[in-house]
Amino acid sequence: MMLAENVVELSIASQLEFIDLVTTLTDNITGMIGFDEEAAYWINMAVRESVANAVEHGNKYDTQKTVDIRFTIGTDALRVAIRDYGEGFDPATLPDPLDPNNILNPAGRGILYMRTFMDSVEYERHPEGGMQVTMSKRRAPKPLDEGDHKHDAVGN
Amino acid sequence: MLLEIRERRVGDVVILDLVGKITIGEGSVLLRDSVSRLLDQGSNRIILNLGGVSYVDSSGIGELVSRYTTTKNTGGRLKLLNLPKKIKDLLMITKLLTVFEIYEDEQAALESF
Repeated sequence: MMLAENVVELSIASQLEFIDLVTTLTDNITGMIGFDEEAAYWINMAVRESVANAVEHGNKYDTQKTVDIRFTIGTDALRVAIRDYGEGFDPATLPDPLDPNNILNPAGRGILYMRTFMDSVEYERHPEGGMQVTMSKRRAPKPLDEGDHKHDAVGN
Repeated sequence: MLLEIRERRVGDVVILDLVGKITIGEGSVLLRDSVSRLLDQGSNRIILNLGGVSYVDSSGIGELVSRYTTTKNTGGRLKLLNLPKKIKDLLMITKLLTVFEIYEDEQAALESF
């Protein structure tokens, strides 16, 4: 059986001012599908980091290029794909922010935060150019409703 | 305004009370400019009171690190006061918690200089 998934998409010009627009939408979606406040806060931050990277490092603030964001609300998880139209990069070549030599670097922590707060973060070069990062966060299992508890309590 | 910074002086120590968000763009730039201005004036004993900060991203964390090292390079010190839990979490994840001097009490922070 195919499970129903809802998709929400938006594209923004490569300007930092639009990041709040994306994180506001993120908050609406995480709230709507029942993530608790703590999880929602960190998902917001992961999305913010990813979109900021796309604007700054991917599209290099070129306002002719968009950052495309796609939220897929699955029954098991929320997936967020963020695509830029830049030259792309190999994430494996980025300096490790936890290396003692890099601890005091002013930049380079965003991807570590994304990996910490989400269950999965995957980078791929988009076949039509640019980079796409896809992140996912599992949804908490839906608790039994009161009726189910009563049902259990009577031993049926 | 994403971030507001108010300045107080206690003796030769400057306390910057930050309220709002320290995020990429406006917030990070305002913090950078505020500390740079103090250093230009010769004030390099600085406390950042983060009690009113609701959100910091990696750019904001990077800015805290930058201002810490810049102040240290002038022979001064930059300390953190009233760190919200989520900022503490971000510093811990990136092994920065032990880099900064962090205080819960303003008087103790002032006396530490």
